Formats: sequence, C-alpha cells, structure tokens
Amino acid sequence: MTASKMQLVQLDRAGIRKGGNWLVRGVDLSVSEREIVTLIGPNGSGKSTTAKMALGILKPSEGSAFRGKGLKVGYVPQKLTIDWTLPLSVGRFMRLTNPLSDADCRQALEQTGAGHLLNAEMRTLSGGEMQRVMLARAIARSPDLLVLDEPVQGVDYAGEIAIYDLISEIRNTMGCGILMISHDLHVVMAAADQVICLNGHVCCRGTPSDVSKSDQYHALFGARAGAGLAVYQHHHDHVHLPDGQVRHADGTICSDCPGEHHEHAHEDQQANTGMTDAR
Amino acid sequence: MLDDFFTRALVAGVGVALVAGPLGCFIIWRRMAYFGDTLSHAALLGVALSLLLEVNTTLAVGAVSIVIAVMLLSLRRSETLSSDAILGLLSHSALALGLVSLAFMTWVRVDLLGLLFGDILAVTKLDIAMIYVGGGFVLAVLLLVWRRLFAATVSPDLAAGEGLKPERAELIFMLLTAVVIAISLKIIGALLITALLIIPAAAARRLSATPEQMAILAAIAGAASVVAGLYSSLNYDTPSGPSIVVAAMVLFIVSLVPGGILVRRNRTNIQGDRS
Repeated sequence: MTASKMQLVQLDRAGIRKGGNWLVRGVDLSVSEREIVTLIGPNGSGKSTTAKMALGILKPSEGSAFRGKGLKVGYVPQKLTIDWTLPLSVGRFMRLTNPLSDADCRQALEQTGAGHLLNAEMRTLSGGEMQRVMLARAIARSPDLLVLDEPVQGVDYAGEIAIYDLISEIRNTMGCGILMISHDLHVVMAAADQVICLNGHVCCRGTPSDVSKSDQYHALFGARAGAGLAVYQHHHDHVHLPDGQVRHADGTICSDCPGEHHEHAHEDQQANTGMTDAR
Repeated sequence: MLDDFFTRALVAGVGVALVAGPLGCFIIWRRMAYFGDTLSHAALLGVALSLLLEVNTTLAVGAVSIVIAVMLLSLRRSETLSSDAILGLLSHSALALGLVSLAFMTWVRVDLLGLLFGDILAVTKLDIAMIYVGGGFVLAVLLLVWRRLFAATVSPDLAAGEGLKPERAELIFMLLTAVVIAISLKIIGALLITALLIIPAAAARRLSATPEQMAILAAIAGAASVVAGLYSSLNYDTPSGPSIVVAAMVLFIVSLVPGGILVRRNRTNIQGDRS
C-alpha cells in the first residue's frame, strides 16, 4: 500500500428504491485507508441500506458504487440468528469465510474480550457476546475495510467504551478503513474522521468537530472525555427515552448545518413533526 | 457380484445415501425441505418425458429438476408470490403434468407404484454407474463450494459483504440437489426422496458438534438406513423406498433417546435467546 491515502470504497449519488419508495438516495460517501466514517441517523433512515450498497450486497438503483479491486472486507452485520439445526461453535464461526490459525483465532477473540467463548455454541451467546464474537471474526480476517453495523448493540456500557477504543486502535495498528453505523451519537463521534447524518438522504456531514459545534454536542463530547459516571448518565437517558430522543439529537445537528440540509428543509421539518408526535 | 439384483440395489442405495446425507444437511440448515419435495414431484414429469422421447430416465429427470430449480430462482427474484407458494405451484403443476402425460401414453405401461415408492428390481448396472459418477461429481462440487455455501447459509448478507457471492453458491446447491434427486428416483421413489435427504441429517444433528461432522454422520446414517431398509424390503416383501425411510426414522428416534435431557436444555436455551 502506498503512503498516500487510497480510496477503498465510494458511493456517488447512490440510492436504493424498493417497491416504489426510496429507502435512501443521493448518498455521496467515501472511505479511505485509516479513515473512520460514521453513519448516524434514526431507525429506517437508510444507514444499513447505505452500508449494504457500499459492500455490494445491494445494487444501487441510481448513482454508482465503487469498491477497490481485491478489497478485503470484514463485515459485522446488524443481526445474525443461528438456527438450532446448525451445529456451530464460535471457533468454527471465526473461520466462516476464510481459514484461520488457532493462534490468530484466539488472539482476535481476546482482543474483543471474548477469549473465553472460543468453544461456546453460537446459539447460546447473549447479544453482547455475539457482537464481540462477530467483531473478532471481522478483525481476524485482517481486512482493508471494516464495515460495522451497530457493533455495540447489546454490549454493556464498560464493554462499549472498550470496543470503541479497540476500533480506533485497529485503525491505527492495521491501517484499515472503517465504515461504522451507530445510533449512539455521543461515543462514536470522538474517534470518527467523518460523520454522516442520514435521514433518507444525507442530512449533514463533517468532521466530528464540525458536527459537534452545537452546544448539545459539545456537552456530549465533554462527557465522553470525562468521568465514566457522567457518560453513563447520558447513556442512561438514551436507553430509557423512546428512540425519538435520538432523532431529536439528529434534528439539532441538522439545524446547525448549512448547505446540503437546506435542499431538503421541508422533508426534515416533516420528519421532525413526526418525531414530536411520536413523543 | 452386480449380477444379483439385491446387491445392485444395495450398492446403488448406499451410493445415493452417501451423497444425500451432506446435501440433506444443507436442506435442513437452509429450511429448504419443501424445495426438495418440489423437485422430487417434478421428477415424475421427467419420467413421462423420458418415455415420450425415449431417453434415459435419470437424464430426463435431472434435466426437468434443473429447469424447475432455475424457474424457482427466477420466479423468486420477481417477488410476486411468496417462496412457498411458488414451490407449491411448481411442485403440483409438474406432478400433475407428469401424471396426465403418462395417461396419454396408452402404449406404455408404467409401474406408477414403483416410480412413487422405488423399485429395487429395476436397478441396472447403468443406474449404478450413473449414481457413482453423478454422486461423485456432486460430492466433489459440494466440497469445492463448501465454505462459501456454508457461509451463505449462516448469513447471506455476511457472505455477500465479504465477497463470497452467495447467489452463485445457492444456484450450484440447487443444481446439485436436482442431480441427487434424479439419481435416487429408482431406488427410493419420487414421493420419498426428500426423506432420504432430511431424516439422516436430522438424526445426525444431535450427535454432531460441527457442520462437517454432521454432514459425515448424515451420510453414514443414510447408508445404514439403506442397508437396513433394503434387507427388510427383501425379507418382508415391502416396497424399498418406504422401508428405507422407516429405517431412517428409527435411527432418528434412536438419536433422540439418550439426549432427551439435552434436548430439553437446548429448548430452554432457544427460548432464553428469543426473549
């Protein structure tokens, strides 16, 4: 690999239409080596769909998707259910898409704090354990691009911070690009190079510092750097309020972002009204 | 050795079972039991065509099965009907078409019972050759696509995201199933082929810790069912297909017995995961 940043994956005004509705459209996105791009947005805003376009799982109905030739991807999908009929241990799952030495397998699992699960049955894992194992599997491939669809869902709070730290550490040590989806706005921001806020289209984008100019965001990042308790406090809010709260946070960012946002002003207002109703 | 009809049936049946076991595991994992049924019902149409065109039965059945599999894939992509409705439509249309065309051919007398339930007297040396060549081919291809097919079975999205092209693996798998159904028609019959795919695999499930183990055990369980079934078919003058399936069923029940407690524990685990 060269010293200059190589583009791993790129979406150009890409959109997906299904049954006459646009799930998401007009997305410009690119991930380079050593870059962390975070997609945030409410449920149904097209985050996973966008990631699937970038991965080539879905073919864009308009626009284009480009992936580097021979790009090695590590993918952590949003959800994975293992049927009872499948006898699948964690160790075997780690080798799902490529062969892997025992040592590498163990090391990757230990990195994500799942070393003790090596011989466990996949079916018996809790949600958080499953996330750790899936992340370990993706890392063990030593990919050029990591795509993480809500990698910390179901992980307890201490584990969540550890996993986010691990993700930025992976970027530094392995030099891969990372495309991450998150609904957890506050923790993600710090490590990301670029944050893209989606709501059926690109609502706003920028570096975390751009996006976090709003007072609310500033407070969130302060909390991230600060004591565990303060962070936990915020997290607590998130968990216990209806998911309209997350949307509200997005809405706030959007109103601070000029340019792209104004093109879609009416749609955003609609969305905001919907959220208010929901609450 | 192959001059004896019973030996021929044994050799043929064991050959079929060795291939059906591993393939049947995927049928179970991918929840495609009804797909297997559809292909085997369509086999009857293949038989009718083979009589009409005077070609080899196994080849005709294989060709019809492949056409049905490809039709199924393309119908499913068009997203008009649900997958099981499409299967039901294809399955029974093909079965009915086969029976109607057989009835039209007044000049041939067909042993319908033999077609539906298998006939060990009918196994020829050519059949055995086709089973071992076809079966060997199926196993070789299955081994070749094993990793990507298995990854696509665990999670199609994950496999696609990491560049394993799950659609291609799925198509290959369907074609392999079509071949297996074609070569097992004579020995086990159109109505019961799916059983030879599914029951040995189900019997193997509880005794296996890895997917590969399950595939091998399913092949062994299938071969054992064939041997037991054919011997009882000979001794009690019962049709060969049903006898093999009964033997497989007994194996499945035996596989349940020592693990009775284990099963209950697994059940609670599953419920725990879902809650």
